[in-house]
Amino acid sequence: MRFYLQQALNALQVGSVYALIALGYTMVYGILTMINFAHGDVFMVSGYVAFFVSTALIGSQLHLAPAVVFAATLLASMFATALLAVGIERVAYRPLRRAPRMSLVITALAVGLLLENLAIAFKPVGPSPRMLPQLIPSTTIVWGGVAFSAVQIVTILVSATAMVGLDLLVRHTRIGIAMRAISWDSALVPLMGVPVDRIVSMTFAIGAAVAAVGGTLYGMTYTIDPYMGIRIGWWAFISAVVGGIGNVRGAMLGGFLLGAVEIFTPVFLRSSTYRDMVAFSLLLVLLVFRPTGILGSPAAQKV
Amino acid sequence: MLRSRLLSLPVLLVLGLVVALVLPQTGWVSPYLQLVISYVGINMILAVSLNLVNGYMGEFSVGHAGFMAVGAYTASILTVWVFPREASPALFPLALLAGGAVAAVAGLGLAFPSFKTRGDYLAIVTLAFLMIVKSVLENLPALGGPRGFMGMDRLTSLGWVFASVVFSVWLARNLVYSRWGRGVLSIREDETAAGLVGVDTRRVKVVTFTVSAFLAGIAGGLFAHEIQFINPRAFTLLKSTDMLVMVYLGGIGSLGGSLLGATVYTLVLEGLRPALQSVGIAQEWRLVFAPLLLILLMFTKPRGILGFRELSFLRPRGERDGAKKGGEPR
Repeated sequence: MRFYLQQALNALQVGSVYALIALGYTMVYGILTMINFAHGDVFMVSGYVAFFVSTALIGSQLHLAPAVVFAATLLASMFATALLAVGIERVAYRPLRRAPRMSLVITALAVGLLLENLAIAFKPVGPSPRMLPQLIPSTTIVWGGVAFSAVQIVTILVSATAMVGLDLLVRHTRIGIAMRAISWDSALVPLMGVPVDRIVSMTFAIGAAVAAVGGTLYGMTYTIDPYMGIRIGWWAFISAVVGGIGNVRGAMLGGFLLGAVEIFTPVFLRSSTYRDMVAFSLLLVLLVFRPTGILGSPAAQKV
Repeated sequence: MLRSRLLSLPVLLVLGLVVALVLPQTGWVSPYLQLVISYVGINMILAVSLNLVNGYMGEFSVGHAGFMAVGAYTASILTVWVFPREASPALFPLALLAGGAVAAVAGLGLAFPSFKTRGDYLAIVTLAFLMIVKSVLENLPALGGPRGFMGMDRLTSLGWVFASVVFSVWLARNLVYSRWGRGVLSIREDETAAGLVGVDTRRVKVVTFTVSAFLAGIAGGLFAHEIQFINPRAFTLLKSTDMLVMVYLGGIGSLGGSLLGATVYTLVLEGLRPALQSVGIAQEWRLVFAPLLLILLMFTKPRGILGFRELSFLRPRGERDGAKKGGEPR
């Protein structure tokens, strides 16, 4: 039992990172009905921003406390990644908004690959994995037979804060109401004086900033590499689809579900190499039986 | 459009035969160049295959690298384990066809989700298919797992590549300009309307996916016996992206476009090697080229060079050029 509780805690940790990234996929889909295939690689970039900022701050003569460095890294990564996502939307997606849908899908796929390959070709990043400096003490609290590491507690608390904040933002602020209004009816809402372009930019910025929280927290536990946007990004994407793409709470639910798949597949199948197969099979089965996800509402095709 | 004496079918066939059969004997062409020509041919088959689904039918697959993997592994298993070694060269076409057939079965399976989903969602389904194929291959220790599968002889010759290209184009052309082909095009224009006027859209989709997967499987077999070593990492999303670039560069809904796209893309990518070296840029930047080209294409020429147009020698007599009719399908 203790073993399973411990694994559930690990699943919660991994799942929160997936959920944070899934939110970006789902928000952009909600507002533009477009799958932002580059989002996973935006997450990857956020990990590298965190890496460069934290190593620079640690190596500087400022002698900052690790907690301060962590906070600064988190904010810098959120800001830089939000800027990148807004830039991508502005340069690559906005001009194609009225083009055939396939052009947008292909462009998004290509932007993702471009980020990956740029990261590999760019010398300071390179293909080999990197490790962020340790900013969170490696202490462990044992409570009820389950070991809570400091990194796990920070990850879960920070992600929970980000998710609750986002949920409040989407539900109660003017921006959030505008986002939901556009996703409700993208033809009529602009006529009501809602600045669609600005709201879309905001959506990309918020989605990327939330993914950057995930990227920084991920870097606290694991090594980062240019390919992590593929594996982590696709898993987060599955989370968004499983939860019901376009649905913010669904993305969180899906993230935790996929975290559980990741942690419990090796437990039950005795091998970690089956994880991808299980996750993508889950996606296929879900798309066949409930294409709108667990919390999504079915969409009718207008003829 | 593009009617030219030089681009007639007999001239091209003879030219291809000369390149495929005579040129390697003369010793004028380096083995490297022969390899590049062989890649051009294999990529032509892949581009034609993907164009059937993405270009003509207007669906969207990023899973064709998966079909290619299925074909590559099937053909390799046959030539290495099943066929007696001395008979393998003679039985090679059989291995290619078997690879195509097994890939076609996979394509049949992948056609079903396309009944319900289109566009981005179909991209997800085909992507999931690709990931599952890769994951299954990595988890089969008998096939070498992640380390890959080897032991194939170099059975792919320029002759076989040429024969396969001709066969693929012939098959695709006959599909596209048949009654089936009209159905395929009608799905691209408006699936609901196609169903209303009596096109059995499900059957058309199944047939097109199956044929497309079959061709990708053949290309996989050729590829495996050209480089004599395959591993699951050779068949990733990057491979599918290469195919996308070739299709959208050459022109969607155009067989001639696919041949052109495959040729230009393969040659440019190979040409970048010495070009980058001479200006002292690291070879990694070569990988940046494909996605960048794809983005630029989407901005400037989303249908590609020959989009919806066909080279005259590939078009049956009396058939009008597709570019003259209708607007942009959405």
